[in-house]
Amino acid sequence: MTDSVQDNRAEITAGQEARLTRIWNSPPGWRYWSAVNNTEVGRWYTVVTFAFFLFAVVLALLMRTQLAVPENDFLSAQTYNQVMTMHGSVMMFLFAVPIFEAFSILILPQMLGARDLPFPRLSAYGFWCFLIGGVFVCGSLFFGVAPAGGWFMYPPLTTAYQDGLGSDIWLLGLSFIEIASIAAAVELIVGVLKTRPPGMRINLMPLYAWYILVVGGMILFAFPPLIAGDLLFELERAFDWPFFDSTRGGDPLLWQHLFWIFGHPEVYIIFLPAIALVAMIVPTAAQRPIVGYGWIVLAAVGTGFLSFGLWVHHMFTTGMPAISLAFFSAASEAVAIPTGVQIFCFLATILAGRFAPSVPMLFVSGALAIFILGGLTGVMVAIAPFDFQAHDSYFIVAHLHYVLIGGMLFPVAAGIYYFYPMVVGKQLSERLGRIVFWVMFIGFNIAFLPMHFTGLLGMPRRVYTYAAGIGFDTLNLVSSIGAFIFASGLALLFYDTLRPRRNQPYSPRNPWNAGTLEWLGEMPAKSWGVRSIPLIKSRYPLWDQPNLMRDVDEGRCYLPDAEEGKRETLITSTIDARPAQCLRVPNSTFKSFWAAVFTGGLFIFATYAWYTVALISAALAFVTILIWLWTDTAVIPEKPNKDIGLGVSVPLYASGSASVGWWAMFITMVADMTAFASLVFGYFFFWTVHTDFPPNPAPGPGLFWPVLSAALVLAAWGLTLLARRYNRQDRAHGFYLALTLAILFTLGGTLALLAGPYLSDLEPTSNVYPATVWVLVVWGTLHLALGLVMQVYCLARRLAGRMTAEHDIDMQNVGLYWHFLAITVAVTAAVIGGFPEVA
Amino acid sequence: MTRLLQLRAMWRSSRPAILLFPLLSGCNGPQSALQPAGIEAERVAALFWWMTGGGILIWLVVMGLFIYATHIRRHKEHSVRRTRWLILGGGIIFPTVVLAALLVYGLILMAQLRDFSGTTLKIAVSGEQWWWRVRYAREDGSMVELANEIRLPVGERVAFELSSPDVIHAFWIPSLGGKVDMIPGRTTQMILEPTKPGTYLGACAEYCGSAHALMKFDVVVMEKAAFAEWLERQAAPAKPPQDATAQQGLQAFLANGCGACHSVRGTEARGQVGPDLTHAGSRLSLGAGTLPTNAETFSRWIGHTDQLKPDVRMPAFGMLPADQLAAMARYLSELE
Repeated sequence: MTDSVQDNRAEITAGQEARLTRIWNSPPGWRYWSAVNNTEVGRWYTVVTFAFFLFAVVLALLMRTQLAVPENDFLSAQTYNQVMTMHGSVMMFLFAVPIFEAFSILILPQMLGARDLPFPRLSAYGFWCFLIGGVFVCGSLFFGVAPAGGWFMYPPLTTAYQDGLGSDIWLLGLSFIEIASIAAAVELIVGVLKTRPPGMRINLMPLYAWYILVVGGMILFAFPPLIAGDLLFELERAFDWPFFDSTRGGDPLLWQHLFWIFGHPEVYIIFLPAIALVAMIVPTAAQRPIVGYGWIVLAAVGTGFLSFGLWVHHMFTTGMPAISLAFFSAASEAVAIPTGVQIFCFLATILAGRFAPSVPMLFVSGALAIFILGGLTGVMVAIAPFDFQAHDSYFIVAHLHYVLIGGMLFPVAAGIYYFYPMVVGKQLSERLGRIVFWVMFIGFNIAFLPMHFTGLLGMPRRVYTYAAGIGFDTLNLVSSIGAFIFASGLALLFYDTLRPRRNQPYSPRNPWNAGTLEWLGEMPAKSWGVRSIPLIKSRYPLWDQPNLMRDVDEGRCYLPDAEEGKRETLITSTIDARPAQCLRVPNSTFKSFWAAVFTGGLFIFATYAWYTVALISAALAFVTILIWLWTDTAVIPEKPNKDIGLGVSVPLYASGSASVGWWAMFITMVADMTAFASLVFGYFFFWTVHTDFPPNPAPGPGLFWPVLSAALVLAAWGLTLLARRYNRQDRAHGFYLALTLAILFTLGGTLALLAGPYLSDLEPTSNVYPATVWVLVVWGTLHLALGLVMQVYCLARRLAGRMTAEHDIDMQNVGLYWHFLAITVAVTAAVIGGFPEVA
Repeated sequence: MTRLLQLRAMWRSSRPAILLFPLLSGCNGPQSALQPAGIEAERVAALFWWMTGGGILIWLVVMGLFIYATHIRRHKEHSVRRTRWLILGGGIIFPTVVLAALLVYGLILMAQLRDFSGTTLKIAVSGEQWWWRVRYAREDGSMVELANEIRLPVGERVAFELSSPDVIHAFWIPSLGGKVDMIPGRTTQMILEPTKPGTYLGACAEYCGSAHALMKFDVVVMEKAAFAEWLERQAAPAKPPQDATAQQGLQAFLANGCGACHSVRGTEARGQVGPDLTHAGSRLSLGAGTLPTNAETFSRWIGHTDQLKPDVRMPAFGMLPADQLAAMARYLSELE
């Protein structure tokens, strides 16, 4: 009797596993590259990120070879400057930020017991964009046309004093990658908020998820100012709009503000996810829950906030008023406090637990030793008078490498050793790990400790050579030797991670005896992730919930099957994590790949000023994305609800704020508004630096056209919302009429917006005022055009029967977009039309 | 207790040695911020040593705690309540107090260093790719222009007006004080007050293109009387050629169009694009700190400018006959 029940049970389980395997396995052969599942994309992303890292390491070694002896001619000045620029740019944009995205795409769903992130094709699109953009930017070095303006690209050097395409490659190539970063941020934020397992209330989340939430939020506010800056910069490069040209009213400092509003939070965008890895490793090493969970969350949020108030400390020497220096100096000191809290929480956890040494912890201790030193020199340079000396000297080179290598590379190495078994199924060599650590640690300090003194002895940064006999010789030679030792440690690390390990047995399950969900998986990991999604009651469920692993394995928890042959994961409510929806996520497709290829074409062809081809590529990208949206987003399910096990039934379709798409739209538009706000900031920045901005009387665009435009767009907004309501009420005629009218009003509003500067003959190349007006108008126009496409899309969806009264995700999300669009146009009209009247 | 005191005494006596250890190679150098010769550099160097000492101490304590937790007592489970006090004390109270004190000191120091009143001498410096245009305002209102060399009277507060016609540069004399950027479209200011006579080096600190590394200058701090005499000499027109070779050099200089970019006051050369050469021979270096000044280096510079300074604006005149080149070099090196 019991036997037959067990047999029966085993049969059911085998059937479930077969179905899960069939639907979640990646396709074979060349179609493997159409995979969109987080485990595949995460792996590719990680590998590619490390490939770029290696490239940048080689560049660093070239620089250290050149600087090993004074007056060296190993590299020419031009080559050195390209190598120096690329080292910084690649490390920052192609390694330090993306590695967190790559890691998170790979491990976050596992930590949350999710089968996938909510937008797999978006992850894949982001990955392919990243790969294409990165190869394009790196490749330029082999043709000697790489950017040579430094990773910070200060104009006017880069706008007017350097020949060639270097600056354009930097601007367009990296803007393209920044868009991929924002895509990843949207994906990860929604992932954290909506794909948690039932019961994992927001205060039970693993700390890693908290950090990702904070960092994702920071990306939304940090990257858009840079994208806005890139837009202004490229308009100056390509069309001579003088935003940074002081002879025509522009100001090079505007770029510095926009760059560092991005650039300083970026340091924390790099640092916090690495600390997140430490926050996962430390409790495991101490075999107890973290001490001060709440403190760490608050500290991470506090760091995120404060990091936006520090950017001016990169500009202490620009001759700013003392009051600004004082404010930013204070903020820069203050950020040390939440950072310290996090470090002391880790220390407290180790003190309170029974510490078990391991290679990951060895790297964590190295990270602390290095990072704390970098933090202390950071406190020093935050004191403005000291910064006047240290700024742009090798002292800063030392400081930033202590911060980034201690705050990012060593934790990432710890993360590699810690998570390797989870991803690959086998463990890295402990013996080799210790050797790798000591070689890296010693090499690093030999290379970078002397640089503090090189800098204070007066050696500026970014020099391709230096004179003999003024105190720089020995220190530089030592640094170069250290750099090679450090690099050999990295080589050893790569060897150990990449060498074939066919004969090595699989690691036992949960090899570190960790308490969090990502260690639930089998070795090797199954394509479907967790066998069934458990109910979570603790921060460390593997420690605190007895029999959890058995219940999950036997399919006794939620969603143990894929009866309909669809990829599914569970969506829960944002705060309490109550089961809310069974989300069908898309299967493998090449659409993301092609969309990325064509988007890449837009940016790459634009670099070479082949605008026709670029526009064709843009149109193709647009069409591909439309097909992608049309064919399998907001698909109407065959039944309204699904039984997910344990007597719970949840809907298969959710719209409005219950849908993941709505959250993604909201988050994306927050980033979009930040970019818009950065452009408006530009307008008022010029107002503060010039007495005649806007000129009195203003040559355009006048009050009439902007106000008319705003009125028409607000009417279109109202009609769009009306259409949304009619659709809900299933009043088809009302819906079509309202939406058609909305489309006409949108068209009218767009034309009126363009008419203002056009009819008043504002010539954007003549002066910064017309250029600033035009850039706001162009921004508004592009957004209106997108809003128009969305309206037409909704019309078509309903006509095609793909949108109904109950299934109205499209209309809901378009309505949300239009809220933001209405604000954008209203603010634009107030600024360009209204402000000259009152200024 | 006594042992603690002993330890403290030991630490006190050995601290300077520990701090100085990395400096066995010396803080010395004509470009060193740690061998100060000006008020600002002195203050900042002292601040640096204090902060470094404090920083090392903090680092040792935190790492000591870490080693205690992971190696010495790794099996002891300390009470969570006590570890929370550690977070509060080490993570919040201690840094708040120390950082607040440091910040206040820093702000007071900054107010002193950025006090632009009470200056006696005004020098306008323009950073240009990749050299320095230096203009002294004399008491009678006239301006004296020179290039790539700055001389200062010891003990006087000197105001610098910094600007750039092309890209962003930064003006930095580490031995005397910090740096200030030179930004197109703006004029920035700084004050330096040298305290020790001597010869120092300055450099451009903001990356400004291909030859950023070769944008340097010499700084000479002189006694007041010597300085006044020097400025008087710089104000005078160029010395006429002393012999036939030098005369031939001047002819070649003018015939080859050098005067389109360079000025030699007292001759027809009145160009404003490049460095003023009226007293080029008296300067300590040539090519903005690239070469020492003598007839041979002048000849090398004129013949191979592009090889000595990448992407430099000045074309190389390697095609000139050797004797013309030599004569020109001779003439210029004698412009004292």
